[in-house]
Amino acid sequence: MPPGISLSDFYYILPEIVLTAGALVLLVVDARLPRGSRALTWVTMAVLLATAVSLVPFRNTDVEVSQGLLAVDQFALFFKVVFLVAAAMTVLMSERYLQVEGASFGEYYFLILCSTLGMMIMAGSIDLISAFVGLETMAVSFYILAGFIKPNQRSNEAAVKYFLLGAFSLGILLYGMSILYGVSGTTNLRTMATVFVGHERNPLLVLAVILVVAGMEFKIAAVPFHMWAPDVYEGAPTPVTAFLSVGSKAASFAMLLRIFVEGLPSMDADWRLLFEMLAIVTMTVGNVAALTQSNLKRMLAYSSIAHAGYLLIGVVAGTPRGISAMLIYLLIYSFMQLGAFAVIVMMRRKDVVGDELKDLSGLYHRQPFAAFAMLVFMLSLGGIPPTAGFMGKLWLFGAAIDAGYVWLAVIGVLNSAVSLYYYLRIVVFMYLKKETIGSEPTLSPALTLTLGVAVAATLVLGVYPGLLFDLAEASARTLGASGVTAAIR
Amino acid sequence: MGEAIAFYTLAAFILGFAVLVITTKDTVHSVLFLVLDFLFVAALYVMLNAPFLAAIQVLVYAGGIVVLYLFVVMLVNLKRLPEAFQDPNRHGRIGLILSVAVLLELAAIAALGVGSVAPVRTAARALPVTGNTEQVGWMLYTSYLIPFEIASMLLLVAMIGAIVLAKREL
Repeated sequence: MPPGISLSDFYYILPEIVLTAGALVLLVVDARLPRGSRALTWVTMAVLLATAVSLVPFRNTDVEVSQGLLAVDQFALFFKVVFLVAAAMTVLMSERYLQVEGASFGEYYFLILCSTLGMMIMAGSIDLISAFVGLETMAVSFYILAGFIKPNQRSNEAAVKYFLLGAFSLGILLYGMSILYGVSGTTNLRTMATVFVGHERNPLLVLAVILVVAGMEFKIAAVPFHMWAPDVYEGAPTPVTAFLSVGSKAASFAMLLRIFVEGLPSMDADWRLLFEMLAIVTMTVGNVAALTQSNLKRMLAYSSIAHAGYLLIGVVAGTPRGISAMLIYLLIYSFMQLGAFAVIVMMRRKDVVGDELKDLSGLYHRQPFAAFAMLVFMLSLGGIPPTAGFMGKLWLFGAAIDAGYVWLAVIGVLNSAVSLYYYLRIVVFMYLKKETIGSEPTLSPALTLTLGVAVAATLVLGVYPGLLFDLAEASARTLGASGVTAAIR
Repeated sequence: MGEAIAFYTLAAFILGFAVLVITTKDTVHSVLFLVLDFLFVAALYVMLNAPFLAAIQVLVYAGGIVVLYLFVVMLVNLKRLPEAFQDPNRHGRIGLILSVAVLLELAAIAALGVGSVAPVRTAARALPVTGNTEQVGWMLYTSYLIPFEIASMLLLVAMIGAIVLAKREL
């Protein structure tokens, strides 16, 4: 082996290798199977399971791979688990949707797996180059997935909008990254952190921080870079929307934390102030705009914008407690958001598009289980006690108060109260309205499984939140555990 | 000093041609301006002592990609000029004011920031090979092997995506 690369590097990226190999095998299997064969869903699930199993040997490692391009630590591990869970639930709910839309499975599942690969790279990257390549892999997969239902004009529109705005925001992000590289002379985030000590007031660095924040804000759909989200979420195929709102958002938060907490801890006065203001605007605009929506996917898009605002509170707090609260909230958010989208997937029938609020009316009388599941998700998204959403918000706001951002927590609580209006409106339609539209919505076994897992997770994590806490705390501690960050704090 | 003059001249040409690319009405002219733009970017690489990148820039971008663009433009055969479209929600004046403000801000930051710190240079890693192409190859296949492999997956995704979007429904 030449210097610069060693065999152990390949051992540490085993999960990524398994996922890549699985995705390639899937393409070959797709070519051999008859068209429309449902076996592909289970091949995809097997690939995801194999990847999850290959994560097991690394549950306690904390190493840098490939001369500091990737980190294999518990922070990355936590996010990888989130991505795999989200991908698995997306795959389970996709089968029915693709059948109704008459789209092919093979390329779709391949793209889902590749975007998961990109996310895993993003979560592990401690170097701007690998982070960027991971981000691109994820983003390009999503551009195509958003336009996957070709005969549907809204799907085409979503793909074009997402692609153009995504490319634009990526340009801004790259500009910021290139300034960071120009000033520091390195792309490695941990080296960068040591280099920047004592250069807090350099205007070039402040500019770089602003540009990188703008680029990342686009990916997490925070105000004022949220304009694409409602249109893309509405037009993209529903399972893709679910994955986009959970996986892409979680991966971008992971990358954001890596860049700012690992790479720019000495600039934290600047980026905290920025994120603080952005968190307030994002929460408020997201929730207020969601109030008037009549399309479920648009409404959930604005709700996910608002949730990006809540999550930013954790970044602002910046303490291990804040970051671990953020990680917990991201996992909880994944379950409730994916569950809610699974119900919308179920509403899609041959004769009904099923993403309007009125389509849900009378659901309780037709599908009591789905209605109950949706009730749980809505209560959880709104943050009502027996559910996980409440515990997540409690920790998040608690961490903010702990770090001295009391008024940020107050605004968060007020916003949660506002959000209850539109979450409960869905419940009213499902339970209190009698008239129904179109044919009977039915649950496939895969959809029942998705909903069951999501409901169980939302309720169990709401009652026994301790299950997650130690794990998230350990993950948050590995982030920024490198000497510099600790020294600056 | 000479380097700075060369850089700003090249940069001015690059920006100028980029503006021409998006303002020209004729699509073929627009593509040809793009070729010129790519060539000046290649000159920038030469200035940075990266002759390999410059050659790739000319071969792949100015050569390959623009030829593909031209193919598409000629196949689509845009005889009719695109219709003028005025977005009713467009706030041209506010946009202009904002972009001028951002430009001034950038200029101020550049004026204040440059020279305030000497860029920190990490010691260049000693490579066992000499020559620009060899060094790029060496870095790509050793230190940056993993991002290189991921980039290959990215290209595969793009290829599959192109097929998915372009193929007719079977």
